[in-house]
Amino acid sequence: MKHISSLSILLRQGRQYIPDPTTVEVPGIFRGRPVISEETVDNETLVACCPMGAINADDKVSLDLGKCAFCGLCARKFPSKIRFTKDYHLATTVRENLIVNEGEDKPIEFGPKPECCSKFRGSLKLRQVSAAGDNSCEWELGATSNVNFDMGRYGIEFVASPRHADGIVITGPISRNMARATQICYDAVPDPKLVVLCGVDAISGGLYADSEDIDRSFLQAHKADLYLPGNPAHPLTILNGLLALTRK
Amino acid sequence: METLKIKNATCAALAQIPLAEDYASFRQTVRELLSSESCHCAHYFALPDETGLTLVMCIANDTDSTLELLGFKAVEMTYPSLAVTATDRFEREIAENHGIVFSGHKWPKPLRTTPDDYPFYRSDNEEHHEVGVGPIHAGVIEPGHFRFTCEGEMILNLEIMLGYQHRGVERLMLSKSMPEQRAMLAESAAGDTAVGSSIAFSSVIEALSGFQTDDYTKVCRTIACELERIAIHTGDLSAICGDVAYQLGNAVYGRLRTPIINFMQKWCGNRLGKTCVRPFAMPYDLTEALREDLLATLGAYEKDFTQMSNKIRRFPSVLARLERTGTVSTEQANEIGAVGMAARASGLQRDIRKSHPYLAYGPDFIPVVKHHGDVYARTRVRMEEIQSSISLIRSLLADMPCKSDISVPETYSLKPSSIAVSLVEGWRGELCHIAVTDASGGLSCYKIKDPSFHNWTALELAVRGNEISDFPICNKSFNLSYCGHDL
Repeated sequence: MKHISSLSILLRQGRQYIPDPTTVEVPGIFRGRPVISEETVDNETLVACCPMGAINADDKVSLDLGKCAFCGLCARKFPSKIRFTKDYHLATTVRENLIVNEGEDKPIEFGPKPECCSKFRGSLKLRQVSAAGDNSCEWELGATSNVNFDMGRYGIEFVASPRHADGIVITGPISRNMARATQICYDAVPDPKLVVLCGVDAISGGLYADSEDIDRSFLQAHKADLYLPGNPAHPLTILNGLLALTRK
Repeated sequence: METLKIKNATCAALAQIPLAEDYASFRQTVRELLSSESCHCAHYFALPDETGLTLVMCIANDTDSTLELLGFKAVEMTYPSLAVTATDRFEREIAENHGIVFSGHKWPKPLRTTPDDYPFYRSDNEEHHEVGVGPIHAGVIEPGHFRFTCEGEMILNLEIMLGYQHRGVERLMLSKSMPEQRAMLAESAAGDTAVGSSIAFSSVIEALSGFQTDDYTKVCRTIACELERIAIHTGDLSAICGDVAYQLGNAVYGRLRTPIINFMQKWCGNRLGKTCVRPFAMPYDLTEALREDLLATLGAYEKDFTQMSNKIRRFPSVLARLERTGTVSTEQANEIGAVGMAARASGLQRDIRKSHPYLAYGPDFIPVVKHHGDVYARTRVRMEEIQSSISLIRSLLADMPCKSDISVPETYSLKPSSIAVSLVEGWRGELCHIAVTDASGGLSCYKIKDPSFHNWTALELAVRGNEISDFPICNKSFNLSYCGHDL
């Protein structure tokens, strides 16, 4: 009898995985890659309205997705100037590619893949390091492994030991108290290895960038190989970024 | 001595807080109040000003739905500890940040610093061994160090060393002056409780600026907070199943969380509800179409949820792992001042939604209370709270107030020399935000308390006498916040 009730649950659930997570549309008002129009607005107010200091208007208006928390405040205040699209393909290997300029409406360029990526084709194991993350990016990294996003089908998985990993995924701005553990964990990963930064706090420090309790010296010593923007990064942003690394 | 009684989510002039003439009477009053089961410590902190430090105690009194405030002007650097287990951690915070020594404190250890020579509790019995885990754990999870003292496979003692996540949230609340920056900091105090935290933040800002939100905003916030509860409880049920190797439960609950958080994304653009709640008004309306969507989402969710939960409640191999594992007795829960879901699973009637009504919650709210205090009790509380949240959302949607056309201030000024306190029953339990302003109306102190601040001690107690292999399931049944504790 107990098997029958399990089967009936299975049957009810039906198919839950997203068939193609590279093209699926996200529901609702997802705030993904922004588009900045060439309309003239009061640039001073526009720059000042961003709580993250992500908007620059020195020459042309630009928005840095490595600093952006995707709160949408600028788009609410200047709807004709900034609009967030539902494009979740935000991952890149080049930090500068995260800067969106006015008048541009093109996908974020993924950039050149680190050479070692050919070794991770079909199998990429990662060790996650939360370094003062607020448990939102951690949540979404976890969600990539659930039955909906099912990242495991592409051979991409989070593993317990850095010894089994091909790289580390850092979330959070890296607190002083986690700086050493982050370094030890990185050192324990065998070469060649990747450093992935997930979420605004990891990429730029976010609101914590100037906190005295933060120590980002690890990132001065080690170049990041992949940036996954968001606050938190959406599972589809994460999945597509990692997939782009491991696919030809 | 007298205390100042205020209601939840209101403010008072700082000068109204009665200051004890001597520490002995302050200590005695606090100890007397906290000896009652209907009172618990909501916060205890040191308030610095030009003249020195004032110790401020905030006690939640369930019998008359008030928050009792009292203070003491500290003139020396050493005072006897209150010697109340529930306030131990608060005294450690005051000692660490302000240098006051509490003599006779049972556990005078660092709270948010992580020194190499952390003074762990040690057994010198040669038959005992130690197991150290962390700060980095095996999984996608935040950092903290767990030190077990074991006899064979059995845990005799667990000591949890936190602080790895400390990033200076409370200090940044003062130095970042933009309203949106502060709202985001409050949200990221614990990103898995973004809605609960931003409700607490919004409430203190509204209290200090003398703003009354309309019923529509109150109902929307209530719905958002209950959705957060449903989502995380569901995710935790998934994790609990995962930790006892019950794949079906792990997969089904795991995927059931998705439609709930996807609804949050449809509503406010963020799956975790970041930006959903802001002071004064809802940034994103709960439109007619969204309300219909929500009812349909909950309807579909409920069928699958009920089927899965009924299965687990009758599944011996799962129950065998959950029952009588990780027990916290009612006496222990009360002694450590446990709050929220963990307290209710141990038989304590402690729910801010009932005891200190706010938003759309009223005294007729019925909290879910269980008595065994084990992993299964915490699992059942989650299951039944999900049901109760669904019912509450449905009844709120059935009688949705219209949006009023009150004007929302672009900027706000805060009442000078005042204190505002807000308690919110987040999914883990009671969140407490306290804001204090200086003579010119600037924020001079902002204190955040995550329910985990109380409940980490409950986990330490829960695992005693259990096998070390049951630690993960005990841990998951609480799912406490590292970042919310470390700030």
